[in-house]
Amino acid sequence: MTVDTLKSWLDERLSISSLGYAAQKKEVPLHRQSIWYYFGGMTLFLFVVQVVTGILLLLYYRPSSENAFESVQFIMTEVKFGWLIRSIHSWSANLMILTLFIHMFSVYFMRAYDRPREVTWVSGVVLLLLCICFGFSGYLLPWNEVSFFATKVGTEIAGVVPVVGKTMLRFLRGGDEVTGATLTRFFGFHVAVLPAMATVFITVHVLLVQLHGMHVPARYQQTHRRMKFFPNFFLRDLIGWLVAIGVLAALAAIFPWELGVKADPFVPAPAGIKPEWYFLFMFQTLKYIPAKILMFDGEVIGIMVFMLAAAVLFVIPFINRSPEQHPRRRLIFNVLGGIALLFMAVMTVIGYFA
Amino acid sequence: MSNITAGNTTGTRPDRTVELTSRRRFLDYLLGTSALATLAAIVYPIIRFMAPPHVVEAIQNSVVAAKLSELPPNSAKIFKFGSKPGLLIRTASGELKAFSAVCTHLECIVQYRPDTKQIWCACHNGQYNLNGENIGGPPPRPLAEYPVNKRGDDVVVNRA
Amino acid sequence: MIGKAATSLLFCTGVILLATCSVAAQQKSSCIECHLKLPGELGDPARSIKNDIHLSRGLSCNDCHGGDPTKDDKNAAKDRTKGYLGRPQTVDIPAFCGKCHNDASFMKKFNPALRVDQEKEYATSVHGRLLKTGNTKVATCISCHGVHGIRAVSDALSSVYPSNVAETCSKCHSDAARMAEFKIPTDQYAKYKSSVHAKALYEKQDLSAPTCNDCHGNHGAAPPGITSVANVCGQCHARQAELFQASVHKAAFDNKGLAECITCHSNHAISAPTDQLLGTGQTAVCVSCHKQGEKGFAVAGELRGMIDDLLARIDKSHQILDRAERAGMEVSRPKFELREAIDGVTHARVLIHSSSTAEVDKVVAPAVGITGKTYQAGIDALAELNVRRKGLVVSLFFILFLAVLVYLKIRQIERRQPA
Repeated sequence: MTVDTLKSWLDERLSISSLGYAAQKKEVPLHRQSIWYYFGGMTLFLFVVQVVTGILLLLYYRPSSENAFESVQFIMTEVKFGWLIRSIHSWSANLMILTLFIHMFSVYFMRAYDRPREVTWVSGVVLLLLCICFGFSGYLLPWNEVSFFATKVGTEIAGVVPVVGKTMLRFLRGGDEVTGATLTRFFGFHVAVLPAMATVFITVHVLLVQLHGMHVPARYQQTHRRMKFFPNFFLRDLIGWLVAIGVLAALAAIFPWELGVKADPFVPAPAGIKPEWYFLFMFQTLKYIPAKILMFDGEVIGIMVFMLAAAVLFVIPFINRSPEQHPRRRLIFNVLGGIALLFMAVMTVIGYFA
Repeated sequence: MSNITAGNTTGTRPDRTVELTSRRRFLDYLLGTSALATLAAIVYPIIRFMAPPHVVEAIQNSVVAAKLSELPPNSAKIFKFGSKPGLLIRTASGELKAFSAVCTHLECIVQYRPDTKQIWCACHNGQYNLNGENIGGPPPRPLAEYPVNKRGDDVVVNRA
Repeated sequence: MIGKAATSLLFCTGVILLATCSVAAQQKSSCIECHLKLPGELGDPARSIKNDIHLSRGLSCNDCHGGDPTKDDKNAAKDRTKGYLGRPQTVDIPAFCGKCHNDASFMKKFNPALRVDQEKEYATSVHGRLLKTGNTKVATCISCHGVHGIRAVSDALSSVYPSNVAETCSKCHSDAARMAEFKIPTDQYAKYKSSVHAKALYEKQDLSAPTCNDCHGNHGAAPPGITSVANVCGQCHARQAELFQASVHKAAFDNKGLAECITCHSNHAISAPTDQLLGTGQTAVCVSCHKQGEKGFAVAGELRGMIDDLLARIDKSHQILDRAERAGMEVSRPKFELREAIDGVTHARVLIHSSSTAEVDKVVAPAVGITGKTYQAGIDALAELNVRRKGLVVSLFFILFLAVLVYLKIRQIERRQPA
């Protein structure tokens, strides 16, 4: 029984040789901006880390307000390497969102969403929103003081949206207040609903990337070299992923994710409560908006602006077409993108130290 | 006449090929073994994680407080129930009773007195009867009682 | 069947009629009938008697005042030659009530557990002694118990129900004008209301908490003698009293004429004691007698020091164990053991009444030992954390080594491949 016999057996049934052929053909363009190509794969890798560590945590976690905190404490103290798995899960979540933002901004500035890749971009924005939801729902699960109040504030803000806000708030919270019902619901979102949706959209996104190949920025169209994906680029990806594992293990051991104190719905919120860093820029911005703008509630305006920005994100490929004919438009979009990036960075820093 | 071609520094072609092959094989060997080691370093914690830990459940809803054989009648034992102390008493008639050992007055740890056959708190002379009811001294409330079951020689105390 | 029902119905009706008759017979009281028609002071007794415990036990006006309640004619009913006593003088009130309440065989019919020596006790009290001298301003039976609407002591509306006693006493004792001739303070009620005993009685509804009569006696009401205060407080605070009486302070206090317990804790405005009461600081009571350089001063300082030290150690242990716990280490056992040390503090705070550092040390020393152990457990837990970090460095080494190897592999592959 040789490798060849095995191969032809599988090929007859699963048509793997065509897959192998396609894999051999896959190439990655090489140019000065190729480094950004790593970030999509890195995000996917970190997502896989989340799935694996998440499933492991599922073996011990209990999603009820009486047991959740204790079960996480149990994982941290009694389960062998529980501290490692849990800390990796928490850190990898943050790292994934970071690489996701880098990936998104690099695609934006390189205009990789241009035709024919508009659907890839849209599916990517959906994935961005899904990952934010993953982060928000997962954050509540340890049911500690910080996460309780972060969820309270976060869902409160959702409730401020006009017309649908109240319904959204009740839907998210499973009631009018943040209770054990919220926890169970968020758990359901986090381990079932969101993974299912993410699987669909990741499949679409990755398949489309295979279909269209990597986008090359206009200025390198003529001058770029090519590199085979298997094994060359893939091995490079692997180095990145190994370094990521190392970083995660280091973070888990040197900066273990704290458990804090168990949530108590009747205790007033501790001073200086703030959400996770990827929400910080919005949180801080809302703080700066005056209470009233003309006759409207300042907070509502702020939230509507952010929602508008998210909506705009979806349609960018459709409003920024053929920049060759509109060079000024390209400049505007670059500048706007730069401003957005700067704004988010500055607000995050301020929010962190405020 | 030099035989130097790009990449060739010493010797004839076959030697160089052999050297490269052995170097390549060495690298492959190293790569293989360290890949395996790293994989093991990842899989090992995962396997250990999945194996049930020593203490099986997060919230201690029941605990083996003592062995029946080490608890003669008219004696008692303080045991650890989660993070709080409990008092397991075997009465003179052989009955098993368990209470929270935290005095309801100022949280000292109470004890069983075989001479008076009552539960006593040494701090301020609080007294409880064998139903846990506060019958003398400052304690304002009775001691919480826990159900007790026997499992062979093990005495198991439950939370509620 | 119907016959049986009819018989039982007849029987029931008969019983009811009989009962009503007897009650009616009982209720034939010309005293009440007439006096009800009178206004003001003359009619009040008749109006308030319906709540009276004596009435509910089948006794009526004539049982105390004499006279004939069956006679409707005023003179016939209130015939002094036939035993009518009328309204007794203030000085005669104790004997008036004592007519029945001293009689054991009579009282047995109503409540066998009731004492029958109240009048005798009263005679020993300050009130009783002053009454004998003819002072009618003092309290007699009716001042505290009421006169015509007397309720049982166990009735929550009674003026001598535990939660009402202090208010009843203060009706006179807080009246500065009234108490002027007796030359005693009138701030006891106000002070008592601020005390921890009052808090227990009024806020926590603990009826076993002491009120005026629990320390002063109810019928034999008098302040306890200076040398016997510890006995009084010791009724509840047994351990502290026991320790005090065995200590050097007992003889010292008695000789100096200092009231036991009260000198440090006050008598009416007793507040919850804190560690601040002990030692040589500004708020400490010890320094009101002990001056610097004296042995007592040193001992006071030592006792306070021992407790403060133990508290500090417990706090230190708590902090390190909390830190370890937050970092994910399992420290429930040391935390559990720390409780015993906390017990030691509670115990020590009682034992200081012995004024003996040796006695206090008996509980403090083991507690300190425990805090040593728990602190060490915290250190160990944090050390274990460090072990994890070291373990990490090793695994990081392997991971990075692998990354380097992959890089070399890439180099190797690409050297062979044409660009």
